[in-house]
Amino acid sequence: MLTWLGYFGRFGQNFLRGAGITLELTAVGLAIGFVLGLLLALARCFGPKWLQKLAGAYIAIFRGTPLLVQLFIIYYGLPEIGIAFSQSTAAYLALGLNSAAYQAEYLRGSINAIGAAQMQAGRAIGLSKWQAIGYVILPQALRLALPSWSNEPISLLKTTAIVFLIAVQDLMAEGKRAATTTFDFVGAYLAIAVVYLLMVFALDALLKFIERKTAIPGMDIETQR
Amino acid sequence: MPKPILTIKNLSKKYGENVIFQDLSLTVNEGDTIVIIGPSGTGKSTLLRCVNLLTRPNEGQIWLDDMEITAKGTDEDQVRQHIGMVFQNFLLFNHLTALDNVKLGLTKVKKMSDEAATRKAMRELTRVGLADRANHYPGQLSGGQQQRVGIARALAMDPRVMLFDEPTSALDPELIGEVLEVMRQLALDGMTMLVVTHEMGFAREVADRIVFMEKGFIVEEGSPDEMFNHPKFPRTREFLWKITELYGKKDKDA
Amino acid sequence: MNFGQFISYIASGTVYTVGVTLVALPSGLLIGTILALLYVYGGKTAARLMNLYSTIFRGVPPIVLLFILFFAVSKGINLSAFWAGSFSLGIVSSAYQMEIVRGALLSVSGDQLMAARAIGLSRLQAIRYVVLPQAIRLAIPPWSNEAAIIIKDSSLVYALGVPEILRRAQLIGASSQKYLLAYLSAAVIYFLLVFATSHLLSLLEKRLAIPSNP
Repeated sequence: MLTWLGYFGRFGQNFLRGAGITLELTAVGLAIGFVLGLLLALARCFGPKWLQKLAGAYIAIFRGTPLLVQLFIIYYGLPEIGIAFSQSTAAYLALGLNSAAYQAEYLRGSINAIGAAQMQAGRAIGLSKWQAIGYVILPQALRLALPSWSNEPISLLKTTAIVFLIAVQDLMAEGKRAATTTFDFVGAYLAIAVVYLLMVFALDALLKFIERKTAIPGMDIETQR
Repeated sequence: MPKPILTIKNLSKKYGENVIFQDLSLTVNEGDTIVIIGPSGTGKSTLLRCVNLLTRPNEGQIWLDDMEITAKGTDEDQVRQHIGMVFQNFLLFNHLTALDNVKLGLTKVKKMSDEAATRKAMRELTRVGLADRANHYPGQLSGGQQQRVGIARALAMDPRVMLFDEPTSALDPELIGEVLEVMRQLALDGMTMLVVTHEMGFAREVADRIVFMEKGFIVEEGSPDEMFNHPKFPRTREFLWKITELYGKKDKDA
Repeated sequence: MNFGQFISYIASGTVYTVGVTLVALPSGLLIGTILALLYVYGGKTAARLMNLYSTIFRGVPPIVLLFILFFAVSKGINLSAFWAGSFSLGIVSSAYQMEIVRGALLSVSGDQLMAARAIGLSRLQAIRYVVLPQAIRLAIPPWSNEAAIIIKDSSLVYALGVPEILRRAQLIGASSQKYLLAYLSAAVIYFLLVFATSHLLSLLEKRLAIPSNP
């Protein structure tokens, strides 16, 4: 039985490759989630009533059901009605659609925190509603959201681990491969756990750095992580 | 022969390099109402918190009656049963009704039965004029009412001495009167009280002695008449003037 | 097989899903609360240890922890997949619940503790009769969130073979080649579970709320 440290020697390259896939999944999922999440948040905050309800329903559904089920529906279910995705694409989609629901809530919270007052100030100097949103509200809201939003990339990084269940060759899949090769399940997965921890630390440090660099001086942003 | 209930000797307290007060001595006799006045941040609150051992002084001793409470090995919880404290921010237990607030110490510390505790608690609430609010929660009470419950809570433990840490500073002006009235009555009933306050009217009318503290030192102490009319130190006079203009009646003679 | 049988087969997994949740959530709460009390009131070393626990158990993906704990537990004791999986999930949750309880304890102002000591309550009594009752109320909203997360994460134990909702959906989906229907049904059931739980906890929050005049 290899001690878990020995795993890095024997499977190090595989782990590295898997970690790369994991990071890729995180990045793509985060990006899709951000764009969609922002749209959802804007719909909820500024859209007509019916759109608000629709966005609300989307968020409730994607936050109220397990990601794994969503993943399976996309990868195994949709082909029945003619929409077939590759494993990677299905993973990107599931992660992105799911993340969007959570990001929408973070963004909605901070847009509301910036408040109607800023909107009024923007309209008062002649900006249209959407100009006010774009030039006044969002720049502040995005910065304000950063501390709590920072939970999302880290959460997503951890969440990507389940896509190995549809055979995406991420870090977890490499871990499983190592485990079934050596039959030392505990050791292999411990090694994987260490790699995930390292990635989380690195990501956390990066996010804190970005937070510091983009803070608006004087704006009292409570860092709640 | 006046009997000292509280004796403070050579008390010093510092946080790191920051000296709050040094070599402070004060005696409080039975039945006395001592009012401590002075600019904010001069250690008055810290002094009070040393008396009931919520903070430990760095040097010096404090005696409650004949017992040195600053000695090593003192049961602090025991000591605090005999010293009552009323806080600037009331600090009622938010999750309990007024009655339960007053009862908590009786049932958990004095181990009284529930009926006995209820009877005693209602007596104290009646004393502060809030018997009809016994089942209200702090969130349903005004500031003045909360503070009076706070006083009842402290009184219920039958303390030897009551400490008041700026009891009215967090109150809206209209609510200050009801609290001061309770305190005044308490003093008349013979309770030994150590009060930190800016309320000069109260100090003048109720205090047996006024102590003026600044920058961690007792600048002067004396009877209200001495302090207001013939203060020995210019700094005392200066402070009393300023604060009387803000809080109390203007002095008749310049 | 008709539609009714199809759905009820999947729905019968609900018992396992609820079972896993009912084991994982309380055990996570128990461990989490004890650790949180240690974290807040146990002194510097305890706090550092707890911080480490929190960092590790919240920094590793739940499924990885689940596998590690499951296989480690299986080597030592002969537990069924259900119990091993549930307790493992509970341990994973304990780190998150520790943070929730810790946050709630810290939110109850330190002054409340001081006021309690001032009437002679010991530190233990003060925590028990003054801080904890208030902290519990503060903890309910984030805890309700955690409960929802556990219900969803219970789907992970399908990988350990526990015949809960997702596993059943997979089995019947494979045998009938109706994957879409199977997984959609599973999704609906999960959604109802999460919704009902959140609603119940919201009612609990209202029941326990301390009366105040806004």
